[in-house]
Amino acid sequence: MSDSKSPILDELEKGPWPSFVTEIKKAAEKSPMAQGLLEQLELSYKEKRTHWKHGGIVGVKGYGGGIIGRYSDASDKFPEVAHFHTVRVNQPSGWFYTADALRELMAIWEKHGSCLTNFHGSTGDTVFLGTKTSELEDIFTELSEKGWDLGGSGSDVRTPSCCVGPARCEFACYDTLSLTYDLTMSYQDELHRPFFPYKWKFKMAGCPNDCVASIARSDFSIIGTWKDAIQMDGEAVKEYVADANFNIQKFVVNKCPSKCISWDGKELEIDNKNCVRCMHCINVMPKALRPGKEKGATLLIGAKAPIVEGAQLASVLVPFMEMKPPYQELKDLLAAIWEFWDENGVARERIGECIQRVGLGNFVEQIGLKPIPQMVMQPRDNPYIFYEEYLEEE
Amino acid sequence: MAVSVEELADAMYELVTEYAGKKKLKASDIVKEMISKYGDEVDKEQGKEAIRCLMDSERCVYTYFGGTYIELPHKEGAEPE
Repeated sequence: MSDSKSPILDELEKGPWPSFVTEIKKAAEKSPMAQGLLEQLELSYKEKRTHWKHGGIVGVKGYGGGIIGRYSDASDKFPEVAHFHTVRVNQPSGWFYTADALRELMAIWEKHGSCLTNFHGSTGDTVFLGTKTSELEDIFTELSEKGWDLGGSGSDVRTPSCCVGPARCEFACYDTLSLTYDLTMSYQDELHRPFFPYKWKFKMAGCPNDCVASIARSDFSIIGTWKDAIQMDGEAVKEYVADANFNIQKFVVNKCPSKCISWDGKELEIDNKNCVRCMHCINVMPKALRPGKEKGATLLIGAKAPIVEGAQLASVLVPFMEMKPPYQELKDLLAAIWEFWDENGVARERIGECIQRVGLGNFVEQIGLKPIPQMVMQPRDNPYIFYEEYLEEE
Repeated sequence: MAVSVEELADAMYELVTEYAGKKKLKASDIVKEMISKYGDEVDKEQGKEAIRCLMDSERCVYTYFGGTYIELPHKEGAEPE
């Protein structure tokens, strides 16, 4: 019989895929906290219940976010994890690190924490898993001295995150990295000093492929798009067609959701007015097709995961806005939205839920936007917009 | 006469003390209460500044119980003895 202290968890090491259990065991070789975690987790698997308690107070001086308190309810058995707080560190835009930067972070974490990390949390932060209350100020000081900062948590702007953008992707319609950095620096107070009814997440996607899933995972989604026609290289189209394995009708034309693309056997034609920017044709024929030249972003609002209410996808708020520094038009719109949310939102209500409750018509009126067809999900099926002229006629 | 940030922070501290154990107040609740108390003498930005002052002086702390609130410092209930 095995003398392992974690026979149930050991099962999760079997198979060809990476195992978090293996990684915790490696960390446990030098971290008693990681060993304690392993033993408490084994007990949780055995009893089929968690032994974590959520702390509500821990943090660093002056900040209302960045630390998530976690305590063990079995600290008599596992004193090493009596405190096991999470530290969220604001990640660099696009998750680009140098090896030196990573070593710098790990040196701080090995000194003050469990050595366990999560690269990255679902909001995007670098996550340090497991430390004691007494270590928090030192961690914060050492991070700050090296130019790092904590991320968001609680009812504040959560750490803005973005796709790799123009740094590595030719489809990027705006500089996601620059905008993410700008918003992070512009809204330091909103990030560190919670003032909102609940959390606010920004995600920046460079093109409609939306690699950061902003449409589902952020309260305010900024997705790159273009206004003019898709750029086409006719010669490159011919090269694709010349490939016997490439069936342009089947792979591209038939899959266009708005049927705006056609192939007559010689030429590819795109009815750009009816293109919905799904990116399918561009993704399939990247050498021949590219986003247009007049680039900017579509702004969407209201996505969230199910916590208080059910999950929501974001809705279009502004179909097109230029995304260039200093991003003043965007910031003016954000100020109006936050003012509305502050006045109308109730505790633990995300902006999407607030809009649903008060009605999109009231929301757009109060933030000074005109209702437009792009805000309507299904024509003749949306009760949000009431045209005053129509009411007057009645 | 305009209310100074320090005076506002003091009034906020009194409010948080009054509600301690009865109701958790969000930062925006506190600022709205100050605006209704002082009228035009106070605006939202001053309110935010006063909250900063309140936090930096460690008279109050941010707490998280679902949402974020401002409370008097107290022992963490979840912390093991």
